[in-house]
Amino acid sequence: MLLSLKSRLAALLLLGALLTVNAQATEVTGAGSSFVYPVLSKWSVAFNRKTGHQINYQSIGSGGGIAQIKAGTVDFGASDAPLSAEDLGKFGLGQFPVVIGGIVPVVNVEGVAAGKLRLSGPVLAEIFLGKIKTWNDPALARLNPGLKLPASAIFVVHRSDGSGTSYNFANYLGKVSPTWQKTIGFGTSVPWPVGVGGKGNEGVAAYVKQIKNSIGYVEYAYALQNKMAYTQMENAAGTFLEPSNAAFAAAAATADWAKAKDFNLIMTNAPGATAWPITATTWAIMYKTPKNAAQSKVAFAFFKWAFEHGQPEALALDYVPLPEPLVKQIEAYWQSQFKS
Amino acid sequence: MTRPEPPIAKSEAVQRDASGMPVPVSTGVMQAAAHHARDAHNDVLFRTVLLASALLVLAALLGTAGSTLWGGRLAFQTFGWSFLVSDHWDAVNGQFGALVPIWGTLMTSVLAMLLAVPVSFGIALFLTEVAPPWLRTPIAAAVELLAGIPSIIYGMWGLFVLAPFLADHADAWINDKLGTLPIVGRLFQGPPLGIGMLTAGLVLAIMVIPFISSVMREVFHTVPTRLKESAYALGSTTSEVVWNIVLPYTRSAVIGGIFLGLGRALGETMAVTFVLGNAHQFSESLLMPSSSIASVIANEFTEASSDLHRSTLIALGFLLFCVTFVVLAIAKLLLLRLARKEGNA
Repeated sequence: MLLSLKSRLAALLLLGALLTVNAQATEVTGAGSSFVYPVLSKWSVAFNRKTGHQINYQSIGSGGGIAQIKAGTVDFGASDAPLSAEDLGKFGLGQFPVVIGGIVPVVNVEGVAAGKLRLSGPVLAEIFLGKIKTWNDPALARLNPGLKLPASAIFVVHRSDGSGTSYNFANYLGKVSPTWQKTIGFGTSVPWPVGVGGKGNEGVAAYVKQIKNSIGYVEYAYALQNKMAYTQMENAAGTFLEPSNAAFAAAAATADWAKAKDFNLIMTNAPGATAWPITATTWAIMYKTPKNAAQSKVAFAFFKWAFEHGQPEALALDYVPLPEPLVKQIEAYWQSQFKS
Repeated sequence: MTRPEPPIAKSEAVQRDASGMPVPVSTGVMQAAAHHARDAHNDVLFRTVLLASALLVLAALLGTAGSTLWGGRLAFQTFGWSFLVSDHWDAVNGQFGALVPIWGTLMTSVLAMLLAVPVSFGIALFLTEVAPPWLRTPIAAAVELLAGIPSIIYGMWGLFVLAPFLADHADAWINDKLGTLPIVGRLFQGPPLGIGMLTAGLVLAIMVIPFISSVMREVFHTVPTRLKESAYALGSTTSEVVWNIVLPYTRSAVIGGIFLGLGRALGETMAVTFVLGNAHQFSESLLMPSSSIASVIANEFTEASSDLHRSTLIALGFLLFCVTFVVLAIAKLLLLRLARKEGNA
């Protein structure tokens, strides 16, 4: 070796010093829903800039997030489907909402711009059941008198992986269509009767953009970022409205969080007059007695920061930050349930 | 082959120590014997190491098959033989059928081989027989480069370039012209989605061409020039030399190369997941989307929370193992029959 013993020792000490300096910054790992991935990654960048801690989030789908937190390989899981009380009890987990977003149907039909096509819940269910097969079906024409729809077949795009976006979407379809409720049900992975499956929100967006005359469903942020044509929906009050932050916030406002144990409440088909019918939230799931206390503390600090200071980033990405009373409830829940 | 004897020491005279007693000296013969013993010992050691390596491979193979079978036992017990023929895939209610993944895997691989084998053959022949020497290296390098491209890049290219191209220009034509044929028409009917078994087969074909063509090329080089020159001297054309001299000489290696490519096509995951469409409905048509075993496992393994779902996916892995095994067995039988016909077996 070219270096003498002394130089080698000096280099080792320097390396050790550098490593100990960086040891102050903790790396917290999370995994799960692709629904929240855009906002979580923006928040983690801002949090890193402020505190130096790193939040490493992997968007593998809600089902994956649930599996990983149950296996204890990550510090927090994120899922669009809430865990049941027995599941939470069995594993010693707690969950709380993180952000609210909307799921929007997106279409790729020539001549149909964003926000122009009107759909109602039952019609959407029939499309995804494969009962309505062409764009010029009378049911669609009735809802869209002024719009010229082609006579081509409708190509359905759904999710191929386990997904909380699918969970909320199928839950909504079950609420508005008894046939859907009876034959399909809802879950993170449902037996879609027709269509192709894309992997992640990104996959569905890619397929809908590629395939002409297709329809799919994505989280609102993905629809905006990819400049896709989302549709209007008819909500429970009978109004047709475009998706927007105000519509999602209206749906969240009508939800009764105080009554829901462990915040287990699905907001689809909310009753408000200006509420978007397919609004969803994502829950962060963490251990009540954490395996790694230091990282768990940083994770809570991250979420606290996100609730109190992360609103601009969330709004910029078209999510709805949690309303103030809900944040207070969540912080009380932390105090009572989590041991850090 | 005998090893040359080590040189025998020159002084054979008995040596004596200070008091005049004879000192035992290692004579040349004893040295040779010592060398022999050491060599034999090394031989045994070397042979044991080689045997251990081979047994390790065998153990890994049996271990993989055994562990996937063990992990999938719940699925096999629950569904029995209907697992292989049912196409009902319902994760909510715990009903799984492997027909669509198996069908998708087989169809895309067969289609990939149908497209890749003639093209690889053409490339190998071109590079060994027809191309001028200055052209051989660039084209060979380009083909080798194809092998180095990561499979996910193929998937992205397939989704963003090939799928729209097929949707706009090919699918409608295939549906209209070939879909109306009497018996095989059902294979070609479908909407102009752009993604589906045809696209997946095309992407897989492009992925396996480098493997098959490089094996073929290597093997075509080994044909003795004298054989080819004799044929040319007797007045054969290039194609006659190829079909009657080169191919029969290299038949078993060519078949080996083809099955190497088939093995890759059967197991390919990410490229297929992008362009196959991940649909769980059974369809015979090439234009329709489907699933393959690898794409189903890749899509659903991380979120398979129920034991039955996870066991089903592991059972699918075991089925893929079986399919590969059956394919290789067919290859071996084919080679055996060909060798017997030639009188070599």
